[in-house]
Amino acid sequence: MSFFDYFKSKKKNTALIARERLQIIVAHERSKKDQPDYLPQLQKEILDVIRKYVAIDEDMVQVQLDKNESCSVLELNVTLPERGEQA
Amino acid sequence: MATIIVVTSGKGGVGKTTSSASIAVGLAQRGNKTVVIDFDVGLRNLDLIMNCERRVVYDFVNVINGEATLNQALIKDKHVDNLHILPASQTRDKDALSKEGVERVLNELGERFDYIICDSPAGIEHGAQMALYFADQAVIVTNPEVSSVRDSDRILGILQSKSRRAELGLEPIKEHLLLTRYNPERVEIGEMLGVKDVEEILAIKLLGVIPESKAVLTASNQGTPVILDQTSDAGQAYSDAVDRLLGENREHRFIDLPKKGFFKRMFGG
Ligand SMILES: Nc1ncnc2c1ncn2[C@@H]1O[C@H](COP(=O)(O)OP(=O)(O)OP(=O)(O)O)[C@@H](O)[C@H]1O
Ligand SMILES: [Mg+2]
Repeated sequence: MSFFDYFKSKKKNTALIARERLQIIVAHERSKKDQPDYLPQLQKEILDVIRKYVAIDEDMVQVQLDKNESCSVLELNVTLPERGEQA
Repeated sequence: MATIIVVTSGKGGVGKTTSSASIAVGLAQRGNKTVVIDFDVGLRNLDLIMNCERRVVYDFVNVINGEATLNQALIKDKHVDNLHILPASQTRDKDALSKEGVERVLNELGERFDYIICDSPAGIEHGAQMALYFADQAVIVTNPEVSSVRDSDRILGILQSKSRRAELGLEPIKEHLLLTRYNPERVEIGEMLGVKDVEEILAIKLLGVIPESKAVLTASNQGTPVILDQTSDAGQAYSDAVDRLLGENREHRFIDLPKKGFFKRMFGG
């Protein structure tokens, strides 16, 4: 790029944005790959149970299985809405 | 035993068939008995790229179903010695490729050839899975673009979990990154992902970078795989890639822009 182009086109570096988005999505998808097949169903059922009591969105329940040498830990993350919005 | 190489990508239209044809020709040129199989049942293309579309009588599915022998279906390439093409069928349903059938044909080919190149269909469904299942090596064709890179990563996941080698716990499939339709100018101005970016995200070894090139269309118009045009950048890049596939060291070309002089850099041009 020439000296003048630089001032002409102070354009965003969109390749950089692409790289960052890919790094995040690929890391996310890889971490899911080693998860057991029953996890999505488990996540859905937990969501249904919670929804009996609190109205929450689909993506407010995150379930993940982390394996250590000696045991596996099922990590359950539920984000509840602000008080007052409850069903 | 032959070496089975799948050319795959997940995403469609990134250059699998173009690459399969050139890699197959390159391997044959270097004295290896090579066969290239079109796994794209229903949408065959390889025959056009190889300029043998009018010589197709029987196809891969006919052989699997026992309606034709391999000898009847194999087409001898007119460009180079040592190369045969096994075309895909044009009309049948996608599930015509059974795992047992594919295995039987590959075994039979394995007795006669050194390299078997499998041109995979797009997607991650049955056809793509059959093309990669028996592979020893995989060429992952990727464009420097978000959806292609992401799809390549998904295909890597399938190679590592749903292939024969993965299921039997054998040595994993050897993975090669082939970055195609690369445009160094657009990389330079931050409009396109660079080689390093893609290599880093996918974390597999780089086999080659094929530049975006007019020669590719000219080649496909005529049915002469672009590797045969050694005056073109893409043709030379495919030659280098084949040499690397055979274990030789070749420096990467066509990645950087030619260096401009001081005045050109200051004032454009
Ligand atoms: N390096 C390149 N430069 C310019 N054009 C290219 C290059 N590589 C491939 N193309 C063009 O991209 C298009 C798709 O190529 P090709 O058919 O090889 O892709 P494919 O991955 O096999 O597609 P499909 O998923 O449909 O099987 C073609 O028009 C081809 O000419
Ligand atoms: Mg194709």
